[in-house]
Amino acid sequence: MTTHASIEKVKPFDVAEARKDFPVLFQKVYPGSKGGKLLIYFDNAATSQKPQVVIDALVDYYSTYNANIHRGVHYLSQKASQAFDEVREKVRAFINAESEKEIIFTKGTTESINLVASSYGRKYIGAGDEIVITAMEHHSNIVPWQLLCEEKQAVLKVIPMNDSGELLMSEFEKLLSPKTKFISVVHTSNSLGTINPVKEIIRAAHQHGIPVLVDGAQAVAHEVIDVQELDCDFFVFSGHKMFGPTGTGCLYGKQALLEAMPPYQGGGEMIQSVSFEKTTYNALPYKFEAGTPNVADVIAFGTAIDYLGALDRERVSKYELGLMQYASDQLEKINGVKLIGTAKKKAGIVSFVIDGVNALDAGMYLDTRGVAVRTGHHCTEPVMKRFNIPGTLRASFMFYNTKEEIDVLIDGVRKAISLLEKK
Amino acid sequence: MQISEIEKEIKEEFELFDDWTDKYHYIIELGQKLPPLDDQYKTEENKIRGCQSSVWLHAYEKEGRIYFEADSDSTFVKGEIALLVRVLSGQKADEIVKSDLGFIDEIGLRQHIAVTRANGLASMIKQMKLYALGLQSRVEK
Repeated sequence: MTTHASIEKVKPFDVAEARKDFPVLFQKVYPGSKGGKLLIYFDNAATSQKPQVVIDALVDYYSTYNANIHRGVHYLSQKASQAFDEVREKVRAFINAESEKEIIFTKGTTESINLVASSYGRKYIGAGDEIVITAMEHHSNIVPWQLLCEEKQAVLKVIPMNDSGELLMSEFEKLLSPKTKFISVVHTSNSLGTINPVKEIIRAAHQHGIPVLVDGAQAVAHEVIDVQELDCDFFVFSGHKMFGPTGTGCLYGKQALLEAMPPYQGGGEMIQSVSFEKTTYNALPYKFEAGTPNVADVIAFGTAIDYLGALDRERVSKYELGLMQYASDQLEKINGVKLIGTAKKKAGIVSFVIDGVNALDAGMYLDTRGVAVRTGHHCTEPVMKRFNIPGTLRASFMFYNTKEEIDVLIDGVRKAISLLEKK
Repeated sequence: MQISEIEKEIKEEFELFDDWTDKYHYIIELGQKLPPLDDQYKTEENKIRGCQSSVWLHAYEKEGRIYFEADSDSTFVKGEIALLVRVLSGQKADEIVKSDLGFIDEIGLRQHIAVTRANGLASMIKQMKLYALGLQSRVEK
């Protein structure tokens, strides 16, 4: 496909050049408002913007080879099937899994976690067993386990964190016992930016024979992931946070575990043969992919992986951390601003509160200036409770952001304070 | 004044603004001017929980009319409250219940639907109508 071939291999990182790949960035928001405001997109932890090649891949699919896959004998179906199947190999290589059988397509991180909680949980978790998560999980890595615990009379245990938003590893060790049957931890916190020592957690867990799931939703776009090196048992992530379309995602699981797990949903594709007496299931990875998959979006997800692969990842990552550091330094200079999440190891996410200014009011003010940030609890209510705040303002960065954009944010925060501060 | 007349007045005020920034500033100003709710009414019972802000709503009946007082931790939401209070407070219960509050759409607030979801504007209106219904039935008994 032409869209794939057009991605050039490594060139020196140049933000102006990189921005050109993202058409959405070149617009003014509120165009009716005195000529509009240049969009400054700092909500990348919620979803990344899409490069033109990804958009083209979607259009190309629907314009030229839309068909249902794996069952058609005709030309279009074969072409679509091939493009779809190629993505599985791309995802495998992207996270360095051992085999394509270990790559299950899902609609995102949330579904991936639910799949494991339902399938693995149904078979292996019983009354009195304990499941360990961290104090900084997204709701999607809390609620599926709570549902499981409720059903099985199992118990949810939480690794606490310190005031900087770092896990207390000594407390983690204390939580481990023969009752511990599963650990599910977030790689990079979406509300604090903390990068957790997942490798250390996995090593400790494995000494007790406990499997570990890593929620990599906030990690995959920003650092290179090697599941074999991590030695995690499950790794989950979403396509839309790494330049792919919404509704795409992945569950990586070690083959032996996936083989042993019962199917999650029943339907077409996941079966080998069906009769009213007895149905046998398809082999991995299809056993976990019931129904017509999200063909178009998965194919474009593959293009997003190609796009990421063509970047100088290390350079990009350094640049993003530079943005985070610059934003943090500038924000800390403002009277009344307090950063929430000051871990030593952080990703490009800056969460903050302002004395006497409601986060929603300030976020809406920034929006009138074209600056898109997120406000609220970011689907991590327990984190807000831990810091005793109702919510934060969060700016999350991608390599297409610039220091100049951060200057507009900083100026906006200062003006929001003078407008909104309660005297 | 009747509900429809007050709505018309508000629509005319908002017609002076041609962009969202100005409307935002105006609503913030209304919020800053809204007198705070007496602490005795800031109870769990009176609280309407939104995703990003909380609202406390107190209602009472006097001589066949329903009065509202409210507060929020968000100034913008207080501004929205100020508009709703201006339209609905002091009206008869049945008028409140049947009001469709079309002005919210017409002044361009509805397009900020994400905000509406966040601050619970819809649940605020629902609660005002519920209070009106409850207080009305108490009067009728």
